[in-house]
Amino acid sequence: MPTTALTLADLAFLAQGAGLTLAITAVAVACGTVLGILCGILRVQFGPFWTAPLTFLLDVFRSVPLLIRLVLANAAQSIAKLGWGPFTTSCIVLSLYTAAYCTEIVRGAIVAVPQPLRRASRSLGLSWRQDMTFVVAPLATRVALPSWIGLTLGVMKDSALVLWLGLIELLRASQILVTRLQEPLLILMICGGIYFLLSFPIARLGGLLEKRWSPR
Amino acid sequence: MIEIQNVRKSFGSLEVLKGIDLTVHKGEVVTIIGGSGSGKSTLLTCINGLEPIASGRIVVDGIDVHGKGTNLDALRSKIGIVFQQWNAFPHYTGLENVMLAPRKVLGLTRQAAEEIALKHLTAVGLADKLTVYPTRLSGGQQQRMAIARALAMSPEYMLFDEVTSALDPMLVGEVLDTLRMLASQGMTMICVTHEMKFAREVSDRVAFFHRGVMAEIAPPDALFGAPREPETRAFLAATH
Amino acid sequence: MFNYSFRWNQALAALPQMLDGARVTLGIALQSMAIGLVLAVVLTLCRRSGNWFAAAIATGWVEIARNTPGLFQIYMAHFGLGAFGIHLSPFTALLSGIAFNNAGYLAENFRGALTAIPETQTRAARSLGLSGGQTFQLIVLPQMLRIAFLPTTNQMVWAILMTSLGVTVGMNADLAGVTQELNARSFRTFEFFAIAAVIYYLITKAVTLAARLVAWRLFIY
Repeated sequence: MPTTALTLADLAFLAQGAGLTLAITAVAVACGTVLGILCGILRVQFGPFWTAPLTFLLDVFRSVPLLIRLVLANAAQSIAKLGWGPFTTSCIVLSLYTAAYCTEIVRGAIVAVPQPLRRASRSLGLSWRQDMTFVVAPLATRVALPSWIGLTLGVMKDSALVLWLGLIELLRASQILVTRLQEPLLILMICGGIYFLLSFPIARLGGLLEKRWSPR
Repeated sequence: MIEIQNVRKSFGSLEVLKGIDLTVHKGEVVTIIGGSGSGKSTLLTCINGLEPIASGRIVVDGIDVHGKGTNLDALRSKIGIVFQQWNAFPHYTGLENVMLAPRKVLGLTRQAAEEIALKHLTAVGLADKLTVYPTRLSGGQQQRMAIARALAMSPEYMLFDEVTSALDPMLVGEVLDTLRMLASQGMTMICVTHEMKFAREVSDRVAFFHRGVMAEIAPPDALFGAPREPETRAFLAATH
Repeated sequence: MFNYSFRWNQALAALPQMLDGARVTLGIALQSMAIGLVLAVVLTLCRRSGNWFAAAIATGWVEIARNTPGLFQIYMAHFGLGAFGIHLSPFTALLSGIAFNNAGYLAENFRGALTAIPETQTRAARSLGLSGGQTFQLIVLPQMLRIAFLPTTNQMVWAILMTSLGVTVGMNADLAGVTQELNARSFRTFEFFAIAAVIYYLITKAVTLAARLVAWRLFIY
């Protein structure tokens, strides 16, 4: 039986890190989803020409590494003397990151609702709002949900990068323990196990929903 | 010679072949007719070992198809098969589709394979489609290409599994013409088909399959003119 | 509000250094993709092999790659392997971490692509006398790569983005590493990282465009 210097207090420290990971993910996904739904509807409603600037901006968010954007946002807030802490900065950057992908998911899902169906609902006298609420939203949600679950898990995994701003989330907490205890393999395996346990069941659920809800 | 002896096969609890006996001699054309689910297509895929059998024996030129240690790849190169779905390889041109097996299985040079492919594509009337990818061909053209692809291996036997069933009615004729040409050249053929006129015209013998059993086999005039079994009569009456 | 004076000239003077870094970034991304593609094909073969042990290892690989952070995988290569006496340089750790990740995601893409190839294609190939290996190599693999091409391009973009993580394990030759070193010397964080962001954007766009050209040339059918 190999011995380890790992104590219960250390495990609690890791759990605390995992808590921060989840908190950042929750805030980023919540804000990013709201923003993504808004941008997605805008993109469908106003067409590619008028929303080109928005599309470009979101494309930039998807084409520049998250780490670079975190550093950039942190530098910008300090230049502008906004006084944001690393947590706020991280949440804002990750929210925009989520929104960039969520917009595409929402747009794709709305477009996937068959046009004749929408014509039918409008010809019944439903207003745009009613059509969106009672016809488009339920159908689009089915299309979007599996991808959205994938996105949420992606954000959770990518939230590890906020350690660069000094936040002690799960991975950083593990790294601190590694440095102190010099047992990299064990501690990293625990850390990876936690990520895996958080991610895998939900990923499976997403896959299941995708299979069940896909046509045929 | 293809000898099929008391062959049985099941998919799960469904027995699709209930003891089939059939011998096909060199140069003979045998067509198999029957309703869907009668087991006729399954028999073809068993003959070249694509499907295992539960019991019985299939012997091709003295080689037990399902025997242990049988080199199926070598055996298959002398039994050509064409399916209902034409299965053109979409990433190869017409010529490349036909050249593939001669090069990779028979080990021919590119030049030799090309010569053979050219000959067979010309024979099926596709000499002008050599560099065209299958997605640009009609169903009938793809099916003729699939026939040329099988012929390029110089098979001694050809199996045709409802090769016109997935085609538009307009395109059926061109594929049947190709089969007629093969039959007239003395190719040994087993054709599963729904084209009764064609069966009557080219066959030496016609077999009627019903629920996994070969209910009747006879020369075409006898089978179509004076069917013995009530099932055969009912089937023929329904298809007219 | 702003009493910060931007010094773009100072940052732009370092552009040649940063472009060198960009070359390294692109190099790591391309290498990690090449390794990842080969490994993904091997993983796909393992999962199809019917050998439960090989299939279990491949599935484990894919699930770990997809369900833990990319940064974690790089850490594992850099710190974790030390327990086995394997000490990888930042470059090797970064490369193997990304390649591991690529292989997992690509293998999953391949699995999806395989379901899109009709079983009858294999049947037709086998009936012509092609062996199982030849059928996979000549018939299944080319079609699989074509169907999975778009997701593979996306993975390439992810690989480029992931290279920036090298800086966390001490990588200093790639774009993020060079930028961080320049930043540490001058503290012109915003300027340097803004330029880096632009370069990353251009690299990903160039790669996406190149992939489209390749697809157009390669998949004429």
